[in-house]
Amino acid sequence: MRNIGTILEKNTKTRIRIQKGKLRSIGSNLSLLVLTVPCLVYFFIWHYLPMSGLVLAFKKYNFSKGIFGSDWIGFKNFEFLLSSNALGGLLKNTAGYGLAFIIVGNFCAILFALLLFEVRQKQLIKVYQTMLILPRFLSWVVIGFMSYAILSPTQGLLNQIIVLFGMERIDWYTRPEFWPFIIVICEVWKTIGLSSIMYYAALMAIDTELFEAAQIDGASKIQQMINISIPSLLSLFTILMILQIGNIFRGDFGLFYQIPRDVGVLYPTTDIIDTYVYRGLRQGSYAIATAVGLFQSVMGLVMVLTSNYIVKKIDPEKSLF
Amino acid sequence: MFKKINYLTFINLFFIVVCTVFFLLPFLLVISISFTDEEALRQGFSLIPEKFSLQGYQYVFKRPGKIIDAYIVTSFQAFGGAFLSIFVMSLCAYPLSRTSFRLRKPITFYIFFTMLFGGGLVPSYILNAQYLHLKDSVWVYILPSLATAWYIIIMRTFFQGIPISLIESAKIDGASEYRIYFQFILPLSKPVLAAVSLLILLDKWNTWFTTLIYISDEKLYLLQYFLQKLLMDLDFMKNLAAEGLSSSVIESIYLPTESMRFALCVVAAGPMVFVFPFFQKHFTKGLTVGSVKG
Repeated sequence: MRNIGTILEKNTKTRIRIQKGKLRSIGSNLSLLVLTVPCLVYFFIWHYLPMSGLVLAFKKYNFSKGIFGSDWIGFKNFEFLLSSNALGGLLKNTAGYGLAFIIVGNFCAILFALLLFEVRQKQLIKVYQTMLILPRFLSWVVIGFMSYAILSPTQGLLNQIIVLFGMERIDWYTRPEFWPFIIVICEVWKTIGLSSIMYYAALMAIDTELFEAAQIDGASKIQQMINISIPSLLSLFTILMILQIGNIFRGDFGLFYQIPRDVGVLYPTTDIIDTYVYRGLRQGSYAIATAVGLFQSVMGLVMVLTSNYIVKKIDPEKSLF
Repeated sequence: MFKKINYLTFINLFFIVVCTVFFLLPFLLVISISFTDEEALRQGFSLIPEKFSLQGYQYVFKRPGKIIDAYIVTSFQAFGGAFLSIFVMSLCAYPLSRTSFRLRKPITFYIFFTMLFGGGLVPSYILNAQYLHLKDSVWVYILPSLATAWYIIIMRTFFQGIPISLIESAKIDGASEYRIYFQFILPLSKPVLAAVSLLILLDKWNTWFTTLIYISDEKLYLLQYFLQKLLMDLDFMKNLAAEGLSSSVIESIYLPTESMRFALCVVAAGPMVFVFPFFQKHFTKGLTVGSVKG
């Protein structure tokens, strides 16, 4: 009976399914499964095993006893974090920067894409895009060298310009109040090339007839931008935004470690969860660092699920999963 | 007509100003410092060398042993790691692209979940350092970052675009799944494999965090870590500049530390900054392929 069924299916459907009985299909499925095995093992060892290590957040770590032998202490690690006021500041910095990157980054990227779209000369567009994307190929270490060349208190370019205008030199590496701007500029500088190219590609995908029709109806360039270009970027913007909001509690360690050069005075405005966890690891306070890491992971999970749920409600087509 | 020209020149002017001031000057500054005489640098960094000097580069190339070591280790882990990653990930992405594969959904979830939740730095560190003994081993650069869920999804999405009839006709001719993967899927997927390899390669070339955490043996330093150590650790810098000299001499002679630092920065980062823009098309392609929902 089964064979007849498959033959019928074979005849009716354009997409032919080959199934010479059950055995063949199981054999094929088994060899497909074998192909996935290296990856499954990898993800088990390096992604799922560390998850079990998260129990350390509820323990007092003892090197000789190991993770699983150490004594349980309940929520003491979290109580310590709350009482030391460390968590509040870290959260504020991490999420604050995350939000600033999303707003400033996307605003600049969309602006650049809209302007690039107006440039008529193909060669010039290429030159601009290559220049804009260049920082993407640098590591934060090299960008650290550059920012040092600009911000160095005695030799830096910026202080020379400030002196030229008759103002006092500023010792950037001891003044935390300036760092939110410096950090946001560095991040946007590094990412704008790629994100503006992505928005530009979305603009190129718009049907040119729309613009022609608008032009015939007498719409100005600005009106075309507001009514055609910007709405068609919305779909890409939502997808990028979910990804970014989901990652709002995961900071870029390189940016916050290399650019402020790990200077203690700057911690009030440059310390994020990731740099705090790193210092915890260095100082050997594994349990506290794990507790912060667990908090970060849970918040990250909640953020992605929520933002994806919201987008799904608005427009199921645009959700991630 | 006149108005239209104005409007376009304005936009072009905007880009020319932004590109030169924000995107060209920082590069120029670093290159200029590396070519400036140390004495002139004391007065301040400038965009055009006030007093041209090759001293920084001379010191870098006088005893290049450590830099060459760093280049070798970096290249090995970048190219070897990228190759291994691509192989393992594409191997897994192929079954996930096949609708007839029964375990497709659970395995996709198993992999996708690692994008949402993870153990974090400390448990990974304890695992790698204390249980797997990867500390001070070159494998720490390759194994813990072997596969990435996102790249697997990108590849799977591309493989789904390969006509199923092709695979089925190969199967009728008696090809096994392994053979289909090697002889059909891989050759047909060159664009996505190239794009993902480049992304991995760039990522691995610019890595320094792994060295910071796991490596204390100077022979296994990555290039970027080497650089960061130069900038942050004064003693490391002095030792490098004065390598082979006795300590009494070090105090008395003068070392071109600042220009040497930036010369090293150019030597380390320069080649990649020149090479990667040529592959720009592949990068953007890789990213747009990935933005297809799965």
